[in-house]
Amino acid sequence: MQHIVVTVNGVELADGEVAAHTTTLDWLRARGLTGAKEGCAEGECGACSVLVAAPDDDGGTAWTAVNACLLPVAALDGQEVVTAEGLGTPDAPHPVQAALAADGASQCGYCTPGFACSMAAQFYRPGRADHAHHAPNGFDLHALSGNLCRCTGYRPIRDAAFALGQPDADDPIAARRASPPPAPRPTRVEHDGERFVRPADLTETLGLLRDEPDATVVAGSTDWGVEVNLRGRRTPLTVAIEHLPELREVHVDESAIEIGAALSLAEVQRRLGGRVPLLEALFPQFASPLIRNRATLGGNLGTASPIGDAAPALLALEARLRLASADGEREVDLAEYFTGYRQTVRRPDELIRSVRIPLPLADLAAFHKVAKRRYDDISSVAVGFAIDVGDDGTVVAARIGLGGVAATPIRARATEAALTGRPWDLDTVRDAASVMGGEGTPMSDHRASAEYRALMLNRALLKLYRSTAREEVRA
Amino acid sequence: MSELAARPAGAVVGQRMTHESAVQHATGVATYTDDLAARRAGVLTAWPVQSEHAHARIRLDVAPALEVPGVVHVLTADDVPGVNDAGTKHDEPLFPDEARYHGHALAWVLGESAEAARRGAAAVRVEYEPLPSIVTIGEAIEAGSFQGFAPTVQRGDAASALATAPHVFEGESVVGGQEHFYLETHASLAHVDSEGQVFLDSSSQHPSETQEIVAHVLGVPSHRVTVQVLRLGGGFGGKEMQPHGLAAVAALGAVRTGRPVRLRLTRTQDLTMTGKRHPYHATWRAGFDDDGRLLALEATLTADGGWCLDLSEPVLGRALCHVDNAYWIPDVAVHGRIAKTNKTSQTAFRGFGGPQGMFVIEDILGRVAPQLGLDAATIRERNLYRPGQTTPYGQEVRHAERLHEIWQRLRTESAFDERRAEIARFNAGSADVKRGLAMTPVKFGISFTFTAYNQAGALVHVYKDGSVLVNHGGTELGQGLHTKMLQVAATALGVPFAAVRLAPTRTDKVPNTSATAASSGADLNGGAVKHACDQIRDRLAEVAAAHLGGDAGDIRFADGVVVSSATERAMAFAELVETAYHERVQLFAAGFYRTEGLGWDPATMQGTPFKYFAYGAAAAEVEVDGFTGATRLRRVDIVHDVGDSLSPLVDLGQVEGAFMQGAGWLMLEELRWDETDGPGRGRLLTQSASTYKLPSFSELPDELNVHFLERAREDGAVYGSKAVGEPPFMLAFSVREAIRDAVAAFGPTGRSVELASPATPEATFWAIEGARAAGAPGTPADEPTSETTDAAASVTAGT
Repeated sequence: MQHIVVTVNGVELADGEVAAHTTTLDWLRARGLTGAKEGCAEGECGACSVLVAAPDDDGGTAWTAVNACLLPVAALDGQEVVTAEGLGTPDAPHPVQAALAADGASQCGYCTPGFACSMAAQFYRPGRADHAHHAPNGFDLHALSGNLCRCTGYRPIRDAAFALGQPDADDPIAARRASPPPAPRPTRVEHDGERFVRPADLTETLGLLRDEPDATVVAGSTDWGVEVNLRGRRTPLTVAIEHLPELREVHVDESAIEIGAALSLAEVQRRLGGRVPLLEALFPQFASPLIRNRATLGGNLGTASPIGDAAPALLALEARLRLASADGEREVDLAEYFTGYRQTVRRPDELIRSVRIPLPLADLAAFHKVAKRRYDDISSVAVGFAIDVGDDGTVVAARIGLGGVAATPIRARATEAALTGRPWDLDTVRDAASVMGGEGTPMSDHRASAEYRALMLNRALLKLYRSTAREEVRA
Repeated sequence: MSELAARPAGAVVGQRMTHESAVQHATGVATYTDDLAARRAGVLTAWPVQSEHAHARIRLDVAPALEVPGVVHVLTADDVPGVNDAGTKHDEPLFPDEARYHGHALAWVLGESAEAARRGAAAVRVEYEPLPSIVTIGEAIEAGSFQGFAPTVQRGDAASALATAPHVFEGESVVGGQEHFYLETHASLAHVDSEGQVFLDSSSQHPSETQEIVAHVLGVPSHRVTVQVLRLGGGFGGKEMQPHGLAAVAALGAVRTGRPVRLRLTRTQDLTMTGKRHPYHATWRAGFDDDGRLLALEATLTADGGWCLDLSEPVLGRALCHVDNAYWIPDVAVHGRIAKTNKTSQTAFRGFGGPQGMFVIEDILGRVAPQLGLDAATIRERNLYRPGQTTPYGQEVRHAERLHEIWQRLRTESAFDERRAEIARFNAGSADVKRGLAMTPVKFGISFTFTAYNQAGALVHVYKDGSVLVNHGGTELGQGLHTKMLQVAATALGVPFAAVRLAPTRTDKVPNTSATAASSGADLNGGAVKHACDQIRDRLAEVAAAHLGGDAGDIRFADGVVVSSATERAMAFAELVETAYHERVQLFAAGFYRTEGLGWDPATMQGTPFKYFAYGAAAAEVEVDGFTGATRLRRVDIVHDVGDSLSPLVDLGQVEGAFMQGAGWLMLEELRWDETDGPGRGRLLTQSASTYKLPSFSELPDELNVHFLERAREDGAVYGSKAVGEPPFMLAFSVREAIRDAVAAFGPTGRSVELASPATPEATFWAIEGARAAGAPGTPADEPTSETTDAAASVTAGT
């Protein structure tokens, strides 16, 4: 058994009795740091938001807001965290706290520490001032889309965010950004028959999975946290992989873009810089920034949920997965990867190492998500489109990925066939849309009825066509 | 002007103060009930064993739980020394022998940790003998399953008026419930102190009632139980009746084990165990003249009360008293009843039935306007109350002219007519996306309809250094009550805001308090705080007059300085206090307030239940996507009557927050229950934050403008202010009506649009499909829709 040591608000806190399932939120609160609150325990409300020192893309530190309720504290061994209490105090509030307190942005105050942390992450975002398209001070309001407030109605929180200036020259949290975050270190914790292990390298990881194939592999742990908190899942062995360098690379060559499976979606978005328009369309619609700061493509595909939003986009991109095991590596087409409800061809001893997206990309790419709420909701239906239209206006190739309409994410093969070789015009689209309305086997549940889901497939293609038609008119 | 409403020069009320705990909120140091548990040693955690059937006789075997490491005890009915009841109606056993809904807490496990208690709860064996269950209002109506009273509000002869009305419409309106989703789930922390007294911290909006119920469960007098409320992480009515049983479990655990016990519900436990806004079903017939004036209304409202009565009766009473909303209806007969179903026991929620009552009339007006060939805003305006008119329950609508002033001002501020034209142009050129704009009014009665609740107490101490400590019976839920009370005390004593501190709400400081509910917190407690401060100030004025010259009536208190207007001599407030102490003058006082002029007969549903009405109106513009039904709020303008505001920033927050909560209820928030006959029957399907969606930043209108009605003093309330907690919730009907307006633009003109509630994207999509199927935009509708009948036909149908 080993101690974990986490630096919280500049103070090293050691703990030798951490259970593998203990979340950062419960651990902080048990230490009297009760600023972070439990509002939902599933990463939906952001009341538990804290800042973690994560690598930026230039060798420094990016202060990254995450949901403490989803993060096993053992995963923070050797890492640095700042909570609302560490940002400021009532006598010396942090600028975001002063802004929240000044003009009615808190009522009951229960969500406010979490908002403060999410706002602080934006406050410290490098180059914020250069993004004045968001707001005059560059604040991207989407940064707060994973924080819920039941009292204010959000207007005063928006105004507080837009009133923020830039960090002072002597701001220690800002200064911390110049040096790298703590290096990841191996961790081994055992308590009450549950183990949490962060192996030193990929070889050790693959060996561990070979020897103990019932291990639970976690990267961002955004799904793990929900299972642990809401469904009481307890596992004998949890293996953390998000710091493995081999799983954190982005390679681009002439034939493909390869994305490390353990990069957070936020990191993927930054590293791709808009190079894959379909993913660029996906990211803002994928949960919230608090989730995207931890969730990974590997995790989203590893859990194989039929309503995960990455799969429909990646299916349309004809992505392939690189699976690694102690025996070697293999590559599988994502379209062949899913075999049933939360079932895949991946063996228990295999890791998703990377996602390869073949080049060139299609001309026309879009991601349509239908949900009850625009920000941070789970899809009733999700559609990824990648369509090539030739110079003569004929559809050369169409690849459409669907989520939420079957036990697995699927390709809309019949619709693709109905489009291919025909002119990209309203008649074709109408015909293909009626085919698309019959794809999959949608169900009725608390999110949507089967009839609505089917019609949303139909309308998605029409909507895509209308949006392209409008662009042509504008051009 | 009344003495209660008069404001002195330099009043601290009316100043724009931020929430008294704002900086503590933002820095994470503001302490909530469950935060206390982390700082106390040896605390046990309580965890419920929840029913997996909607209705079943049960038998418990707790022995296996006691084998789980860390489990200390399992609380069952056998542990209750007093009365096994968590409510005030004696229909709510704390430890039931029959599971009455899916999620019903059957026993509570006490563990050394949450983990141990959770595992213990999972180990308790429950034998179920399933019984027939009723899950929907429809099933309850069919089975005749009702509970509580079935009142009628009546004026004139609605049946005769409908028989002769030129236009009669009939229909059904159904509105869903709503989860409070306070960010802080229910929490209690109990311990037995050195004197054997039970001390409870509870997230309760009604600490006196929590105290009473804990006392009767423990079988001790109330003076043996103290309940403290530091602050709540939101309440909205959900913590008015619902915390009592949970507090009693914690208290029982503390008494039984001699150790502190914390009970904090997880979100899913809170969602599956505690009551929500009542869903309502209504059938109605409404008569109009050719100009769209309402002539008569007959309606039957059925509330889904859930498994026990809780507050369903007063909620229903208020619903019936708000079916008129802001409209004069000469002949009225509105009946109400409460369905008994195997679901959570529905309870108070911001508006307390008012929204469900108003929903009916707003739905009627929105549906029939096209069929009368009139713009919905025109119909609404024509029907607004005029001065001198009375409500169906016989109360004069005082200040009815304010409704018209608000309406006209809103029309101007929102540029309503210009934007109607703009939107018509936009819609004509846009096949896939349509916009809609609508205005709706609010008239909401202020006072508890249970007249006895309209009283409050306060205890104000002035210490020798001139600092002031205020206790009052209200609880701070985030609504800014404490901020307002600090302003009231500072105004009444003429001291700076910073000279006053508020102590946490405790039942051993101010007894027999009413719930902080019905928007009444500031009116009632403000009256009591002012009364206490006035007594102290009057005593101090005598002392000051002796020292500064002049009579007591010449003494002015402002900003910590006391001046005699007779001599122009002055002294500091602290110096005066010190002097008064040495002259043996009492420097503390108990304050009491009761609302005068109320008179209500619940048997006939007639009288004057309300001190006054709060008024407002909103104009909302939406954009609806015809492909998906998704709605975006583009712009909202509000004009609202808060009287002369006690605290403008606090009131602005209440108006905006209530509006958004109302918008959530009407366009997004959807409670779905398993209504099948499968094994999960009666289970709440939307039992977590990932499935029950409340408004997020994406629902914030692009533009939100709030204006307060000016020169709006209310003579009957403290410093001329008005209650503000609930009334603005109902401004959100403007959003629903704007969606209806946008949906209509997809179809032919003159067609009634029926819109399910909540108007989720899917519900809106189906309404659009219906509009499209009826004909092309701009063409006249072919035929009237099914609920429409002419007068002759409906009379025939009715005879």
